[in-house]
Amino acid sequence: MTFTLIFEQLLNGVQLGVMLFLLAAGLTLVLGIMNVVNLAHGSLYMIGAYLAITAAQWSDSYLVGVAAGLAGTLLVGMLIELVALRALYRRDHLDQVLATFGLILFFNELVAMLWGRAALFASLPAYLQGHLELPGGASYPLYRAVIIAVGLAVAALLWYVVTRTRLGMLIRAGASNRAMVAALGVNIRLLYTVVFGFGAALAGLAGLMAGQIYTVQPGMGELILIQVFVVIVIGGIGSIRGALVGALIVGIVDTLGRAFLKPLLATVLSSAAANTAGPALASMLIYLLMALVLALRPAGLFPARG
Amino acid sequence: MRKTVQYALAAAAAALLAFAPAAGAQQQKLKIGFITTLSGPQGIIGKHMKDSVELALDHLGRKVGGLDTEVVYGDDQFKPDVGVQVAEQMLKRDNIDIMAGIIWSNVMLATVPVVTGAGKIMVGTNAGASPLAGAQCNELYFSTSWNNDQSPEAMGKYLQDSGIKELYVLAPNYQAGKDMVAGLKRYYKGNIVEERYTTMGQLDYQAEITQLRAKNPKAVFIFYPGGMGIQFIRQYVQAGLREKIPLYSVFTVDETTIPALKDAAVGQFEARFWSADIKIPASQKYVADFRKKFGYTPSFYGAQSYDGIMLIDSAVRAVKGNVKDTKGMVAAMRKANYKSIRGDFKFNNNHHPIQDFYLLKAVKDAGAPEGVAMHIEKKVFEDHQDAYHGECKMKW
Repeated sequence: MTFTLIFEQLLNGVQLGVMLFLLAAGLTLVLGIMNVVNLAHGSLYMIGAYLAITAAQWSDSYLVGVAAGLAGTLLVGMLIELVALRALYRRDHLDQVLATFGLILFFNELVAMLWGRAALFASLPAYLQGHLELPGGASYPLYRAVIIAVGLAVAALLWYVVTRTRLGMLIRAGASNRAMVAALGVNIRLLYTVVFGFGAALAGLAGLMAGQIYTVQPGMGELILIQVFVVIVIGGIGSIRGALVGALIVGIVDTLGRAFLKPLLATVLSSAAANTAGPALASMLIYLLMALVLALRPAGLFPARG
Repeated sequence: MRKTVQYALAAAAAALLAFAPAAGAQQQKLKIGFITTLSGPQGIIGKHMKDSVELALDHLGRKVGGLDTEVVYGDDQFKPDVGVQVAEQMLKRDNIDIMAGIIWSNVMLATVPVVTGAGKIMVGTNAGASPLAGAQCNELYFSTSWNNDQSPEAMGKYLQDSGIKELYVLAPNYQAGKDMVAGLKRYYKGNIVEERYTTMGQLDYQAEITQLRAKNPKAVFIFYPGGMGIQFIRQYVQAGLREKIPLYSVFTVDETTIPALKDAAVGQFEARFWSADIKIPASQKYVADFRKKFGYTPSFYGAQSYDGIMLIDSAVRAVKGNVKDTKGMVAAMRKANYKSIRGDFKFNNNHHPIQDFYLLKAVKDAGAPEGVAMHIEKKVFEDHQDAYHGECKMKW
C-alpha cells in the first residue's frame, strides 16, 4: 500500500464526491428553500445524460451536447416546477414523495419510449481521452480530472452566487422565512421556479458528465440518488456547504472503504472471512457514517438554519 | 349521483366479464405463456426474447405444431413474487397450455413449482439455477439454455489450457457472482491473486481498477451482467488497461451491451455456447431474418427463446396437436428432434442440453448493424454436461 496508491484512491474519492455534490446541491436547495422532497431529482440527471448524448450525436460536437444538456434540464426543471410542484407546496411531505415518485415512473417510461430500453452509447471527444501523469509514476484518466475541476468550479460559483449576489440573498432569505420575503414584495413563486430550474441544471450537468463513465439507461437516476440522500442527511438539509462537505466525505469514505477495507481485514481475519466481511462492510460504510452523524448531530454537519 | 354509481358498477361488471375465461372455447388453438422482464433497465433482455419469439412464430407461419397459436406475454418486473403471480394468472385466467421464458434464476426457482404443480410443462429459455439441474429436476421442466456455471467453467478451462498463470477476479457480491467464480475455479487451477466482490448495482469501479492495476496481474476475469458490465468496461478502457491486461468475462459483453460499448468492447473475451456468427444453418437463418426484421443483432437470450418455441413446435407435432397429452409431449421433447440454433444436441437426464462451449472475442465487424460483433475463436468444450446432473434422480 504505497503513498501513490492512497493518493490515487483519494482522487477517486474526490471525483465521486464531486459527482454527488452536483446532485446534492440542487436537491438540498429545493429541500431547504422550497421545503419539497423531490424524489424525481434523479430523473433530471437521467434527462441531462440523454439530451447531451443525443445532441452530441446529432451535431457531432461534445460541447453542443453539454449546452443542450444544461439548457434542456433547466427548461424541464422549470416546467416540472410550474406543472407539478406548485400544487404540492402546501401539502405534507408524504404527498410530495408520492407525487414525485410518480414523476420518476413517468420519466423512466418516457425515456424508454423515446430512446428505447437499451443502454446508450456515449463517445468521449479525443481531447478528453488520455491520462495525466501523477507524481510517483501513477496515471489518472484525464476525463475524471476534468470532472473534479468542473465540480469544484461549480462549488466556487455557487458559493459566490449564494453569499455575494442579490439572488443569493433572496435564496438565503427564502430559506429562513419565506412568508416575510413574500411580504416584502419579492415574487417568491418566480424565485422558486428559478431555483428549481438551476437545481435541475446542476443535476443535468452531473448526468451529462456521468454519461461517459456510467451506463445511460432508463432508471439510471435512482441508483445514484440513494447516495445523494445520504450526502444531504450528513451535510444538513438546505446547506450548500454541507452538501459539498458531505459529498466529499461520502465519496472518499466509500472509495477508501472499497479499496482498503478488505486488505486491512485480511491482516486480522482469515482470507475467507475477509472476503465475506470486506465487501459487506464496505457497502455499509456510508450508511454507518450517516447513522453516526444522525446520532451526534441530528441536523447534519452544517445545518442551514442555526 | 345515483346514476354515476350505476354507470360505474356497470362499467366494472363489463370489465370483469372481459377478464372471465371464455367458457367452452374449442381447443384447437395453442396458448403459450411467455414470462420475461419487459420493464425497467433489464427490459432490454426481455425485448430480445420477445422479438425472437415473434420471429419464431413468423418462421412457423404463426402456427406452432400446426395449431393456431397465441402467445401471452407476462412481465415479471425482475421480481420472483411477481413472476409467480403472472404465472398463476396465465394458468388460471388465460388457460395456457405450456409455459416458457424467464431470465432470472430466483424467478425461475419460485415459478417452476407453480407451473409444474398445475401439470403444465415449463420450457426455461435462460435462467440456469443449479437446483433445477440437480436435486430439484422435474419431468415437466426443460431448459434450452445452460446451467449458470457452465460458461465460467468453459472460461476456466480456456484460461487453464492457455497457460495463464495468474488471474484477478471481480464479481458482484451475490449468489450468482459466487457461483460464477466457483464454476471458474472448477477448471482453472492457476493462482488467483485476488478475489473482489463489489456491491450489487455499483456505479463506479475506479477504486477497484486502481487496486487491480497496482497488483498488475497477467489477466482479469469478471462477471458483470447488464449495466454494471457497461460501467466496468468503459472505466477499464478509460484507465488505459485494455491493451495492458487482457479482460475475460462471462455474461458481460453480449449483443444487449455492445450497442452501448461499441469500440470499448473490442478485444473482450467471453465464453458461451452460442454466438451470432456460429456456422449452423438454423442459427444463420435466425440471425439473418432477425437483423432484417428488427435491425439489430440478436443475443443468446433471444437465440434460446427462439429455440424454446422450436422445441415446443416439435413436441406439439409429435403428439399431433393433442397438447393435453403431457406424457407424449415430454417424451417428444426429450428427443430434441428439431433444428436447434446450437446444432444437433441431446438432453441430459435432467432435461438440460449437452452442448459445446466456445471462446468468443469482440471484434470490429462492418457486417453487423452495431459495427462490433462477437466472433467464435475456438471450441473449448465438446458435449459438455453440467456438474449437477448426477444429483438428479430422473431416469429415462
